[in-house]
Parts: sequence; structure tokens; C-alpha cells
Amino acid sequence: MKRFLLLSIFFVTGFVQAQLTNITITHGVDNPTRIAIVPFNYVGPALSEDIPEIIRNDLNFSGQFESIPVDKMISYPKNEAEIHYRDWKMINAEFLLIGDITQQAGRYFANFELFDVVQQKRVLSRSVPLEGAETQLRDIAHRISDKTYETITGIRGIFSTKIIYVEAFQKPARWRLMLSDVDGARSRSLLDSKRIILSPVWSPDGTRVAYVSYEADDRPALFVQNISTGQRQQVTNFRGLNGAPAWSPDSRNLAMVLSKDGNPEIYTLNLASMAFSRVTNHFAIDTEPSWTTDGMGIFFTSNRGVKPQIYKVTLASGQTERVTFDGEYNARGRVSPDGKSLVMVHQRDGGYLIAALDIKSGNLRILTETSYDESPTIAPNGAMLMYATSFGNKGILAAVSLDARTKVRLPSKQGDVREPAWSPFF
Amino acid sequence: MISKAIKQGLTFAVVMAFLVGCSNSDSKKKPVVAPAPTPVAVAEPAPVVAAPIASVVYFEFDKYDLTPESRAILLAHAEKLKGSSMSVRLEGHADERGSREYNMALGEKRANAVRDFLVLQGVKSASLESVSYGEERPVATGHEDSSWSQNRRVEVKY
Repeated sequence: MKRFLLLSIFFVTGFVQAQLTNITITHGVDNPTRIAIVPFNYVGPALSEDIPEIIRNDLNFSGQFESIPVDKMISYPKNEAEIHYRDWKMINAEFLLIGDITQQAGRYFANFELFDVVQQKRVLSRSVPLEGAETQLRDIAHRISDKTYETITGIRGIFSTKIIYVEAFQKPARWRLMLSDVDGARSRSLLDSKRIILSPVWSPDGTRVAYVSYEADDRPALFVQNISTGQRQQVTNFRGLNGAPAWSPDSRNLAMVLSKDGNPEIYTLNLASMAFSRVTNHFAIDTEPSWTTDGMGIFFTSNRGVKPQIYKVTLASGQTERVTFDGEYNARGRVSPDGKSLVMVHQRDGGYLIAALDIKSGNLRILTETSYDESPTIAPNGAMLMYATSFGNKGILAAVSLDARTKVRLPSKQGDVREPAWSPFF
Repeated sequence: MISKAIKQGLTFAVVMAFLVGCSNSDSKKKPVVAPAPTPVAVAEPAPVVAAPIASVVYFEFDKYDLTPESRAILLAHAEKLKGSSMSVRLEGHADERGSREYNMALGEKRANAVRDFLVLQGVKSASLESVSYGEERPVATGHEDSSWSQNRRVEVKY
């Protein structure tokens, strides 16, 4: 028994260290909110996940918080009566989160309370505990992070959302479509292939992913896969391009690029009737569709003006207007949930960066600064975006806040990681 | 009609001369298969073997128009394909710069430029298939001009 306990402790410690190297904050806000997340009160065999540590990582990941290390804490209060605010003021904590976990018949229950140290009052308490199996301890931690983040910032937290991305390997060539928590943890493969996989996009209803796979005769085809059941359907099989899928806001239609009529053009597909409609008609390249938030129009990349720029077509009228004017290369636009910003790949000084366009004013803001940044995907709360970049000659994922004030790097994976797709809220 | 045929024949001859001339100076970029060692003790004269045709044509960044050099190579392919029943896959590629799906379209445009040129020379379009791999299958993995220029290509695959 003693030996078992020791082993468990070792295991937990090892895990915590791995977690600490998880996310690298490369640029945070000047005055992040300092929060103390006290070790949770728990009696029982060691847990497979360190809930307070996951919450610390989550909040740090947002870039808006700085969690205070446990060894700086003067006390570990278990309840409100045990809190001495001066202990927390002394270490400049602005907020304090305490909690406990109980276990009953294989189910875990977490209670938590959040206190404002400056105002010396409780700002959040959970009357009904969060509940889950042992495999759901991370979900419980992310839920607490979401509630904490929302209480303090007024913005809905994204820590319980997921990402899908592509992981590529060389020699032998192999592609995997991966699903993970937004912090990169708990990754699992949705598809493993010897052929190219690219352009995954998450349906707005959160149930499916559309992507391009070359598995059939080494030619591109579009697939739609149910994420929980794994059931999938090939939805296109045309000669030439079958690519760049984009879901309509109601998850009923897919926009895409096809070259079946001789040239890369935008089409829409009604997934119920399987009817295709052609949207663009131009001898130049038209690709990378992305629906407007109201579903009435589609942004797309075109080189009809010689260099690639982003255009917008209104579906009812076919009327097309140019959207980007700043720079010689703007491609792969994605609209923010509020419809106000368009993020894209933008070329500047020979490098490819992520930029955000304020659609109304036409102002372009540069969000990243490395050379090969691509595939931006916006979080459902509109506060952050994730993108693909390279670090140490390897493809990795990174995130930046839409105001460009905070930047984080996600942990490196085995292969080259690319093309993140951020899930909606569940 | 006659003059056109002569013109084409002449063009072809010029192309072949050009290719032979090029094969040494530009061997790094456009590999040419080394001639087989001369067999010893041949009683009859060695059979005449057609000069190998380069199987890759290259493009400028964000462009899909054929260079004069590419046209010359493709004319030789057209001569070979005309009237034959061979089918060919035209695989278009792009360098890593810019977005992946735009590069996929670029690879397709490049493959189609090759296809259209061959069709114009009399090759049956049904025997040609364009497939784009965008930036997903680079031949050179460096992040500089010399790698990028090798990756912006169409491979003619018999």
C-alpha cells in the first residue's frame, strides 16, 4: 500500500512537470490579472489529473492571467472561514480560487468558490458540484476555468472547446487528422492516412468535421465525418480540385472549391439534397470560401486582380466586391463571430503573417510576427485565434489574442502540426 | 497547312537541339538520364534511342504561365503523345509560401496550363489528367529560393 502511494505521488509529480512545459507564453498583457488557485481539498487515492494545475495553465493560456505559484502561497484555505485576505494581498493576488473534490462510487464531484481579494468578497460559488468520471477530470477543470474566466472578464471562456488539426509525418509519409483539448491535451486520431489530409473545418453545430483527403487514387475528395461516431461520407468526387470546405452558419451547406467546369470556382453544396450551386465564374483562381456570419454571403480568395486578395460575394445577387486592399497577398479569410473582423494570411516584407481586418473601417492590424504563419482559426468567443507556424524547423500551433496583446505557443507534437480548426461552444 | 507542318517540324528540331544543348549546363535542376554504357562487341550498329525528355517544368512564384523552356519541353512530349494511346498524369505543385488551398489552386492552374498547351499541340485531352498537390509534396524541403524554385513545378507522369 505504501509503495502504491509513493508510485502514485511520483506519477502525479511527473505529470505536473509535463504540464508546466505545456504552453509557452511568448507575449502576455502588461498587467495580467494575478490569481491564486489553491490546491483543492481532496482525500483519497491520487488523481490522474491535477485539477488546480490545469486551471492555472488554462488561465495562463488566455494571456490575461498570471497564476501565482503554489510555493508562494502562505496558506491553503479550504473554505471561506479559513481565508485571511491579508495573506493574499501580501502576494499581490487579486483573485483567489478554492475548491474541493470528493469521490463516490467512481464519480468525482468538484466544488469551487472564487473570491475578489481587493473587495474581500465571494464573487462566484457553485451550489451544484461539477460531476464526472475519472476520465472527465480535465473536463471538470476546464469548466471551472471557463466560469472563473467569465466571472472576471465578462467574456465566455473557451477552455472546454476543442481543436482539430492535421499532423504530418515524413519518411514514411503519413497524415493524421487529430482532435484534442484546446490546450493540446488528450489528443486522439480521427483519421490516419498514407495520403494527404488537409483543410479540416468544424461544423458550427459541433458534430462533424469536413476535410480534404487524397485517399482515393491519390486524388482530392471532400469528406464529412461525424466526430463522435467516426462515421463518414465522401461528398465530392469530381475531376480536378475538390477542396477548401467551409460550413454555412446553419451547418446545412458546404461551400468549396471545384474545378470540374475547367477552372477553380466556388460552389455550394446542400448536404440534405446533395445539390451543387455554382457561385463564382471567373477565369482567375477563386478559392478558400468562408461564409459571412449571417450566411448571406461568402468571402473568398481570388487573383482576378493579378495578386491574391479577398473578395465577398452576396449569394442572392452574385454581386462581388473586393474586401482587402492593403498589401500584395491576402488570402484565406475567416470572419470573427461578431462579424466585425476578418482574419487572414497577409504578406509583408517577404514574410507571411496573420492579420485582422476591421471590415467597416478597412484598418488592417498585424497579429503575428514570424515568417510562415498560416491557417488562422478564431475561438468561438472571438477573443483569440489559433494559427499554424514553425518553431525549431517544425510545424506547431500558436495562439494570439485578437487585440494582439498576448501570444502563446502550444506544445510541440510528434509530427508537423498544421491547420488548426477551433470548435464552436458545446 | 504544309507550312504549318514544316514549322512544327522545325520547332521540334530546334527544341531537341535546345534540350541536348541544355542537358549539361542545367543538369542540376533538370535531371537528364545518363546514357547507358556502350555495349561491347556489338556486331550490328547500336539502335538509335530517342533522347530522354525532361519530365518536369518549372514556374515563377504565384504564376502559371509556361516559360519558353517549358514550352520546348512540352512540345517534345506532345510529339510523343500525339497519336499514341498513352495516358498521362500532370501533377501540379507549389512552394510553401502563402496559404495551402490557394497553393492547391495554383498547382491545378499550372497542371491545366500544361494540359492546355499539349491539347493545342494535338494531344487528346481525354488522355491527360491534372492533379494538384499544392505545397503538400515538396521535392526540396529548404526554406529559401533554391528550394522554392524546385517545388513550383508540374511533373509529367506517363
